[in-house]
Amino acid sequence: MSEAIAYYPGCSGLGTSKEYDTSTRAVCAALGLSLVDIPDWSCCGSSPAHTKDHVLSAALAARNLQLVSDMGLKAAATPCPSCLTNLRTANHRCEAAPFKAKVDKLLDDPYAGGVNAVSVLQALTEMVGLDTVKSAVRTPLKGLKVACYYGCIMNRPPELMAFDDCENPMAMDNILAAMGAEVVPFPLKVECCGASYGIPRPDVVAKLSGKLLDAAVGVGADMVAVACPLCQMNLDLRQGQVNRAGGTNFRMPVPYFTQLMAVALNIADEEIGFSKLCVDPRPVLSKALAVAD
Amino acid sequence: MRIGVFVCHCGSNIEGTVDTATVAKASLDFPEVVYATDTMYACSEPGQDGIIQAIKDKNLTGVVVASCTPRMHEPTFRRAVERAGLNRFMFEMANIREHVSWIGRDREANTNKSVDLVRIAVEKLRRDAPLIPSKFSVNKRVMVIGGGVAGIQAALDCADGGLEVVLVERESSIGGKMAKLDKTFPTVDCSSCILGPKMVDVAQHPNITLHAYSEVDSIGGYVGNFQVQVKKRATYVDWELCTGCGACMEKCPSKKNPDAFNEKIGPCTSINIPFPQAIPKKAVIDPTTCRQFVKGKCGVCAKVCPTGAIKYDMTDEIVTEDVGAIVAATGYDLFDISKVTEYGGGRYPDVITGLQYERLLSASGPTGGHIKRPSDGKEPKNIVFIQCVGSRDKSLDRPYCSGFCCMYTAKQTILTKDHIPDSQSYVFYMDIRSPGKMYDEFTRRAMEEYGARYIRGRVAMVYPKGDKMIVRGADTLAGTQVEIEADLVVLAAGAEAAKGAPQLAEKLRISYDKYGFFMESHPKLKPVETNTAGVYLAGSCQGPKDIPQSVGQGSAAAAKVLALFSKDMLESDPQISRVDIKRCVGCGKCIMTCPFKAIKEVEFRGQKKAEVIETVCQGCGICTSTCPQGAIQLSHFTDNQILAEVNALCQS
Ligand SMILES: Cc1cc2nc3c(=O)[nH]c(=O)nc-3n(C[C@H](O)[C@H](O)[C@H](O)COP(=O)(O)OP(=O)(O)OC[C@H]3O[C@@H](n4cnc5c(N)ncnc54)[C@H](O)[C@@H]3O)c2cc1C
Ligand code: SF4
Ligand code: SF4
Ligand code: SF4
Ligand code: SF4
Repeated sequence: MSEAIAYYPGCSGLGTSKEYDTSTRAVCAALGLSLVDIPDWSCCGSSPAHTKDHVLSAALAARNLQLVSDMGLKAAATPCPSCLTNLRTANHRCEAAPFKAKVDKLLDDPYAGGVNAVSVLQALTEMVGLDTVKSAVRTPLKGLKVACYYGCIMNRPPELMAFDDCENPMAMDNILAAMGAEVVPFPLKVECCGASYGIPRPDVVAKLSGKLLDAAVGVGADMVAVACPLCQMNLDLRQGQVNRAGGTNFRMPVPYFTQLMAVALNIADEEIGFSKLCVDPRPVLSKALAVAD
Repeated sequence: MRIGVFVCHCGSNIEGTVDTATVAKASLDFPEVVYATDTMYACSEPGQDGIIQAIKDKNLTGVVVASCTPRMHEPTFRRAVERAGLNRFMFEMANIREHVSWIGRDREANTNKSVDLVRIAVEKLRRDAPLIPSKFSVNKRVMVIGGGVAGIQAALDCADGGLEVVLVERESSIGGKMAKLDKTFPTVDCSSCILGPKMVDVAQHPNITLHAYSEVDSIGGYVGNFQVQVKKRATYVDWELCTGCGACMEKCPSKKNPDAFNEKIGPCTSINIPFPQAIPKKAVIDPTTCRQFVKGKCGVCAKVCPTGAIKYDMTDEIVTEDVGAIVAATGYDLFDISKVTEYGGGRYPDVITGLQYERLLSASGPTGGHIKRPSDGKEPKNIVFIQCVGSRDKSLDRPYCSGFCCMYTAKQTILTKDHIPDSQSYVFYMDIRSPGKMYDEFTRRAMEEYGARYIRGRVAMVYPKGDKMIVRGADTLAGTQVEIEADLVVLAAGAEAAKGAPQLAEKLRISYDKYGFFMESHPKLKPVETNTAGVYLAGSCQGPKDIPQSVGQGSAAAAKVLALFSKDMLESDPQISRVDIKRCVGCGKCIMTCPFKAIKEVEFRGQKKAEVIETVCQGCGICTSTCPQGAIQLSHFTDNQILAEVNALCQS
């Protein structure tokens, strides 16, 4: 029962969030969802392009969507919410013919349309399904208290993203619960972590991410599972800055949800890639799983 | 035929952009027009006298008035020609105001178009025939559906007026939302003290029959002669025997069920009387939780009931009530707060609705009138009220204002201070809507005397932190973000149409808007009438209303019923469809298409034929365009007349 979907890792998947990429690939393979790489994929247009020029950024996205179309596929999955936003925005904007004409002018190969972009989370929910996920579990994440953090753009704007509740999303909660984890109700699921303010205004990130970590501790979470490379970086890499700014002492592991899935599916350590994270989740993980035994 | 044409100036409304004298002159060239004139105000007394005089002087047999929309003045002019001795259907109107002078500035084009409209009206009039309404008798009983304060008022006024009243209430007691309120704005008087006596009057009035725990199953008939099937749902308690002693409730072992009367913030037993002042004060068993039904064993209530009223084998019962008029007073329901996921209603126990808060304030509520928050029973000190939840919000498809929540929120802040003097209330609002006698003064009192802190702005989210609820929002007057640590959050949930309202509207054959509120016949001039003769509206089933407005409408609807019943015989509108029996092939297409079920199948010399029930037909004409034989014709709007109008227009 192998379903196929084009796979768009995004630039961070090759660099800062390599472990998100490898764990995603391994998890999907284990669950029978075949991710087909897009040959010669390029920037999704989310970086500086979209703040400068909507046509240029849509053209960058549309180039990739057209490559998917050339593969004979109708949908692409991406782990990164920023890529997702941009791919979906391009699709939305190209519904207007005059806009699309301008986009096509920039492309060698005009975009034929009709390629849907979804998150890996959505693909796992809709194409694999909770039942399959549940029955594939080898090491249940029993006893592990996880707060699921979706970030602010994963489901927003709701008309564009068209998946899950935009204020109280449940897809990740449901998947990790199916893997046996004890999902704690996390009230700040869709609050902003500070995003790219990390560079110009690290104080803003320290405050916003600090709030998230504080709330996660407050609900008794062992770790915060995330689905966005940028959120991950702010909460994990900048945790030291947060602590220094707020006089706190957080040591909260922030793994990608796919990494936790990989643990439950008994996937090899290199693919899980916990060693790439700043706060190592392994001590907390083994303690929680051991207590549960 | 001798036709007279009267072209109205409507002051300068028409004359400003239409040359009425020219229109009148041109009319003289139309067939059978023997007299034409312009007139200043056709509807005024001198205007009508002019028409009557001309009919007499010139021996007119038909009249065209070219003026405004027939919706307003067609009845006026019909009465005028009737006073002059003509049949009132020998009259046509050409709308040269709404359809001409108000929508175009070009005087010449407007004049020409007016001439065309008069030409059309003349051609229709030439094919009009006198119509005589038939008379039928009226059953002077009235049914009121819904026993909230609006329905109670309508029922009492009708009954005091000498009518027999049948009151149908879906719940086991009448009272509606008002019975759940603690105190009422703007006087802060106790709700059950002012409603209770009215409820008792209903119970004791010799003219009122009450069917509680009942619903309307189907409705047949027409104004003056409706037949309503009422489904009396099984209560599993024989109400003839039940004395309301409550012994069963004390002993029932199934005690932890969500209490609907207390808006599910308190528990109740499976056998229950919703509140002490309930009318009727009778017990009902909920078979979805009762152990006798769920597990097949218990029977405790049957053992303890001193009158042996418990009947586990009771079934629903249908009774038929014949009435001449119906008042719909089914009220409203609350917007489901769990749809606003950012506020966490339904997820966090300390985020509640305004109606739940009323139950916490009420001495007969689950906390005995002490404000205790649902999560841990602690007395809250900081209470945040959020207004317009599920109102004035296009993204939730609720663009309308619910009207009463600004006021009840102000009331609740006052009551909060009375209950807990060292508390602080905060109110997030968009703007304060408090028109009404003593209303704005009331909201000011909440702020100035009771110290409620009003913050203009929306709340972005509510989330728990420790044992507090963090309310984060904007203060748009100060231009800042605010965060309040609240112990309890009360959402002023908006009003929605009552559950099942569209289905009931269809049974009543009345219109409803896209939100399910019933439609009045005219938004200004016929607020309690509907487009179905004999069916009236009262209270918030027509749109959110507070108690004074609902009561006013209850009385208004009763006055309409009393006026209707002041006659022994009613006249039916003769502008209805009739079947030409020679042409009808009995295919039954009209029967299927008629939205009012006004056509029935009959046998005529061994052949199937359609027949229109005069009193039910509303004259919509849908059947006439369905009949493949052209056998069914709408009087006063026959195919011939419509084609003649089209011809007149095309040949001009
Ligand atoms: C929290 C809160 C506080 C309020 N405080 C005040 C206040 O202080 N002062 C004020 O003036 N107003 C107040 N209001 C408004 C007040 O509740 C309404 O004005 C009033 O209840 C309207 O009365 P009604 O009879 O039209 O409708 P309802 O009270 O809703 O009564 C309708 C009745 O019809 C019954 N029914 C529904 N459908 C059917 C059916 N299909 N068949 C048979 N029966 C049916 C229902 O069971 C109910 O008994 C408040 C409202 C809320 C939510
Ligand atoms: S009949 Fe109509 S158009 Fe004429 S004056 Fe009256 S309102 Fe105006
Ligand atoms: S039979 Fe049902 S209602 Fe009666 S006492 Fe038992 S549980 Fe309660
Ligand atoms: S009455 Fe006040 S609170 Fe209610 S919807 Fe209107 S503005 Fe909002
Ligand atoms: S005119 Fe309308 S209401 Fe009358 S019989 Fe025809 S379809 Fe029915």
